[in-house]
Amino acid sequence: MKGMLAVYRKELADHFGSNRFVILFALIAMVSFITAYMAGMSLRENLEGIAKPRFVFLMLFNTTGALFSLVQFVAFFGPLVGLVLGFDAINRERAHGTLIKLVSQPIYRDAVINGKFLAGVTTVSIMLVSIVLVVSGFGLTLLGMVPGIEEIGRLVLYLVISVFYISFWLGIAILFSILFRSIPTSALASVALWIFLSFFVSLGAEILAGAVAPVDSLQETRREDVIRNARIRERISLCSPMTLYSRASAILIDPMRNTPRAMVLMGPRERISASRFESPLPLSQSVLVIYPHLVALIAVTLICFSVSYVVFMSQEIRT
Amino acid sequence: MEGTALIETWGLSKDYGRLRAVDDLNLRLEPGEVFGFLGPNGAGKSTTLLMLLGLTRPSEGKARVCGLDPVREARKIKELVGYLPENVGFYGDLTAEESLQFVADLNGIARSEARDRVQEVLETVGLTRDEDARGKPVGTFSRGMKQRLGIAEVLIKEPRLLFLDEPTLGLDPEGARRIIELIQTLNREHGITVLLSSHHLHQVQKISDRVGIMIQGKLVAVGSIDELAEERFGVDQETVNLEEIYMKFFHEVQP
Repeated sequence: MKGMLAVYRKELADHFGSNRFVILFALIAMVSFITAYMAGMSLRENLEGIAKPRFVFLMLFNTTGALFSLVQFVAFFGPLVGLVLGFDAINRERAHGTLIKLVSQPIYRDAVINGKFLAGVTTVSIMLVSIVLVVSGFGLTLLGMVPGIEEIGRLVLYLVISVFYISFWLGIAILFSILFRSIPTSALASVALWIFLSFFVSLGAEILAGAVAPVDSLQETRREDVIRNARIRERISLCSPMTLYSRASAILIDPMRNTPRAMVLMGPRERISASRFESPLPLSQSVLVIYPHLVALIAVTLICFSVSYVVFMSQEIRT
Repeated sequence: MEGTALIETWGLSKDYGRLRAVDDLNLRLEPGEVFGFLGPNGAGKSTTLLMLLGLTRPSEGKARVCGLDPVREARKIKELVGYLPENVGFYGDLTAEESLQFVADLNGIARSEARDRVQEVLETVGLTRDEDARGKPVGTFSRGMKQRLGIAEVLIKEPRLLFLDEPTLGLDPEGARRIIELIQTLNREHGITVLLSSHHLHQVQKISDRVGIMIQGKLVAVGSIDELAEERFGVDQETVNLEEIYMKFFHEVQP
């Protein structure tokens, strides 16, 4: 425990003192604040003169501004934080000759990898909590609304799944830093996997679903084929942690998701007006809906870390 | 423990795939001695040190270090043994004090106690006298200062036994002399047993009580320099030096 704490403290200090983390954090914080500000301004404009719906505070997180919502932004760029924190966790120590020094101290070898992973998770948590708090502060100022208990509960759960999501990518990056001795190789492998899982899985799902159950928009297709196509696409897409996270966070932050709301396309003002007549999912029901996503996300994060752990522990130490 | 061997190995061997890096090593180190561990690159010296520390599992044979089994009691051994690896690395952004504090934390030394010990070991290795070392990041240190800091890091746990793997590698003559003097001081004044692996044979000759020569994974000779000189040349070490003895053994194994 003493060894893990020492490694943890050292790693935490390294993360917060490293230029690359400060730059990335500043970039993500800046984009988050701009996104939240634009969403807040758009909400304020659309809410003028009408009764405010129940979950207006959460809209700050899921309203698409000029480009994307805050939730979409974290889903897309959050992994980069995990990758940046972990891609050279072990191979940097090896290259600098400090790994042998660490393991020749009277600590268990797993203290090194546990300390590094926990420090990364703590850094991610601090970063996400601070961003959500600042954006909430924006919300209070721009919308003049105080979040209710349920909204706070939803935001806390959102933070939990976001931490697991980014920790999955941290685990992947640490695994590559153990497998590859070269730092650029592990960085490249991490980014390649991020691109593959984030972009190509959904593309592959579409191609595969189209091949197995073709749906032709010009010709009449059987209803069963359309459903089969959608199911195949859905199942394959869920192999991507980004899809798992996006679905779960969208349902959490938007209580109107998965409710029988109007199927017609509406503008923001109409959507807000209509939401007053719709029945949102209570938090407990939203949690039930995202439960499989949440379990899958936690499972892949733990599996990824376990693989890193086993590989690290079984590697020969050589000078 | 007094009077018993600090290190004992019986048929210790290590295979990396098809390569036998250490072959049937039988070694005994008595408390208080400086043992020079000699051999060409790739002879298996560093692998032996790793096995004795419990960092690498032996393929065959067994060992006892300070009366403990390196396979099952590695952590306890690492509390008693300080190891300075060849090409030791440092966290370049930390100062000497911070580096030592980190190592003290890893060794579970209380912060209040560690503060005094940090100053003590810096004094021992001569880094408090060095103006360049004060409050500056280790990344700006010269090679000699880094080596002395490396020794300070292994001394902070107050070890009974020191494994020094090429401690004078890449140092200028003055830097190497200071390290050798430091090793002598640690052995004579602090009573620390030293296992010194080095290619600088004249330095080893100067401070070692006994030497062991390892070639191609085998310990081909072990004894005091006098004994080895007598055995191979029939003369004492005043007439032949360690380099000649070493070369004699080396050419016998690798003609």
